[in-house]
Amino acid sequence: MTAATLPPDAVPDVQTLEQTAHASLFRRLLKNPTGVASLAFLVILVVLGIFATVLAPHDPNVANATNILQKPSGTYLLGTDGSGHDVLSRLLVAIQPTLEAAALAVGVAAVLGITAGLISGYYGKWFEAASSWTASLLMALPGIVVLLAARAVIGPSMLWTMVVFGIILSPAFYRVVHTEVSGVKHELYVDAARVSGLSDARIISRHILTVVRAPAIILAAGVAGIAIAIEAGLDFLGLGDLSRPTWGGMLNDAFSHIFTAPLGLLWPSLAIALTCISLTLLANALRDELERSGTPGRRRRRAAGPVSIRREPVVTHDDPAAAAAGEELLHVTDLAVGYDQPDGSVKTVVHDVSLSIHRGEVHGLIGESGSGKTQTAFAIMGLLPSGGRVAGGSIIFEGTDLAALSGRQMTGLRGAKIAYIPQEPMSNLDPTFTIGSQITEPMRVILKIGRAEARERALKLLARVGIPDPERTFNAYPHQVSGGMAQRVLIAGAVSCNPDLLIADEPTTALDVTVQAEVLDLLRDLEAEYHMAVLLVTHNFGVVADLCDTVSVMQNGRIVETGPARSIFADPRHPYTRSLFAAILEDSEPRGPLTPRELQP
Amino acid sequence: MSERLLDVDNVEVEYHGHGLRGKPFKALKGVSLDIRPGETVGLVGESGSGKTTLGRAMLGLAPVTGGAITYNGRDISHLNRAQRRELASDIQVVFQDPYTSLNPALTIQQILTEPLTVRKVGKAEAARRVRELLDKVHLPPDAGQRLPREFSGGQRQRIAIARALALSPRLIVCDEPVSALDLSTQARVLTLFREIQDSTGVAYLFISHDLAVVRHLSHRVAVMYRGEIVEWGDGDQVTAHPQHPYTQKLFLAAPVPDPVAQEKRRADRRRLQAALAS
Repeated sequence: MTAATLPPDAVPDVQTLEQTAHASLFRRLLKNPTGVASLAFLVILVVLGIFATVLAPHDPNVANATNILQKPSGTYLLGTDGSGHDVLSRLLVAIQPTLEAAALAVGVAAVLGITAGLISGYYGKWFEAASSWTASLLMALPGIVVLLAARAVIGPSMLWTMVVFGIILSPAFYRVVHTEVSGVKHELYVDAARVSGLSDARIISRHILTVVRAPAIILAAGVAGIAIAIEAGLDFLGLGDLSRPTWGGMLNDAFSHIFTAPLGLLWPSLAIALTCISLTLLANALRDELERSGTPGRRRRRAAGPVSIRREPVVTHDDPAAAAAGEELLHVTDLAVGYDQPDGSVKTVVHDVSLSIHRGEVHGLIGESGSGKTQTAFAIMGLLPSGGRVAGGSIIFEGTDLAALSGRQMTGLRGAKIAYIPQEPMSNLDPTFTIGSQITEPMRVILKIGRAEARERALKLLARVGIPDPERTFNAYPHQVSGGMAQRVLIAGAVSCNPDLLIADEPTTALDVTVQAEVLDLLRDLEAEYHMAVLLVTHNFGVVADLCDTVSVMQNGRIVETGPARSIFADPRHPYTRSLFAAILEDSEPRGPLTPRELQP
Repeated sequence: MSERLLDVDNVEVEYHGHGLRGKPFKALKGVSLDIRPGETVGLVGESGSGKTTLGRAMLGLAPVTGGAITYNGRDISHLNRAQRRELASDIQVVFQDPYTSLNPALTIQQILTEPLTVRKVGKAEAARRVRELLDKVHLPPDAGQRLPREFSGGQRQRIAIARALALSPRLIVCDEPVSALDLSTQARVLTLFREIQDSTGVAYLFISHDLAVVRHLSHRVAVMYRGEIVEWGDGDQVTAHPQHPYTQKLFLAAPVPDPVAQEKRRADRRRLQAALAS
């Protein structure tokens, strides 16, 4: 066994792996300027808070009646307040209780919210109903009124007030965790863990908590900022513990002397504002870094690097019917499609593709995922995703080179001359509009016909594509029809403006076989009726055999073999085409019944 | 030959409707089949036919509201979580989507060790077993250190197969395990399935919408339609001489990868359609 060469200690500890994942987020945060600044401020604040009693130049609680409302000076760096306390010392000493109170509120909110969110998200049932109801109730309560009422009952204890505030804030955590857990609960890997015999506690700690962790941390930073602001507000109103210095209390004192010593307001306001702002910014930076994970950085303007195009001979079958074929509609020569990379180079995904389609011909473009078949189709339509461009060759359609047209000119062609049928019917219909409005709008724009005429045409088309009750489907929203019906609707839309070229990208892949057969029949009939040229992109040899006159086989961005469908199916010549045909199971023998020999391995 | 590993007897699965007045939905309406040790039973049907629900009912992931599923003579249709956990080493699963069936945050090592830790297998022993499993599905031994996103669809499906094999089960429910894969990848993964069956004697319930795949792999085939099994028998009989009109329609709808044969099949299908309509 080859695996035996690996020493057993080479297996990394589960713990260390999770730590590295954590550390990388922290490291990313250190590269984010906002993250570094806010984190640095908070760290300094915590350090100042810990050493406040040592650092404070004066006793914060000693009131000196002879020194009230002093301006900042050498002795009193930030001046004194209305009772003659040193402002700087009081600011420093207030840090610790402020942060403690915020931590308490966040802690209570997080423990309550996350626990309830996990249980209700994972198990659902009555607990979900009860906890969602409670969360809504808590969110509906006016927080400050509840805190005032609580203060009346439990007295001026900031700790208990913060516990109550934590409870009020807990729905924020509950909502986030509940949503995340309900989403991840149906992931197949959670099912697989269940089938593996894992207990619920283990599934939650292993598969569910990891998903919840990041949003909970982000939320905690934001909630801490709110807690500090509310706490300062209560202290400002004089509802807190008056025996200790607090930022809110200092603000209150300064506020009463706003006309004699306005500068006094600045210091506590600055402390509160900076702390809240850095907590919020930290939360934002954390979110940015988590969401950015895996996406490359900003794309630099390209220096149009060299495009490497591989040219290899294409196996071409003779086409005896070519001479009899109709007018040539599309002629693609040496097409190359490239994507600009961040480092200025170009990644070529389609190399040297040449093909031609005549009126009344269905040309199949077949290949496996990543072969460049869809990229070729999108290049012809001028719809390459951002960063992609035609890097070479020409696309001659009715005498004009599409590759040289402007985006505006291309828009005029799409829909009118070139139509498109996508793979996923549902995601290509806008759920907010009725099917009728989505079919009639292009007709009104392109054919410049009125609403009534467009409606009449649309109903005829819907009937033509085999929709049993056109009137009802016309008025329906996409979610009210099945996938097969939605695909018929898109086909109706594609042919609605009498296009010359129809590009169908895996038009039946998302459909059941019986529906697929009907849609293939429909495409065949429409192709003859409208005398279109069709470019059919697919990975299914059955579909090609059913519909296509000519076939091009693609591999790694190149056409390796092309010719009439019958000729290629009868005599595949390129090794890759042969390997694909060998993988087809259609003509393999059925396995037959279980034999006794198979029973005793 | 009469020995049965798993027996599905007149099983019904009913889901609650949405809301208080939602109509309950019957996903399975009295389904019966059986699986023998070392056998592959193919389950064919279109979307919504209930084939996935039947697999999930065997795994204890769908509520059995009628009938019984018997494994090795023991009724397993209403087990609690603890009893189900014991069954984990007997019945396992490979899901369709290789992208969502592996937790993206865990390494392959962690994914494959997961079922073993439940069985209280020691760390060194688990590591040895993981290397053995990776070898069995033809992945390099250093694959364990990597994350799922570093693997292609076919390789991920191999990892999912390795996870199912970790506890040496006697039955694996394979829910469309190759439908998300490319043609050539699909052929290699199917070969792996057969190879594993030959060496371990595991039985498969092989759920697929692709008739060619099912015929290639299955000893016996069941055809499902709207929550019922409409045809059930030896694979070569059902696939070569389908009796039920729905099975005939289903088989004729699948296009043959041969223009000449497909033309004939298309004509046959139209004839059947005309016959059914009249």
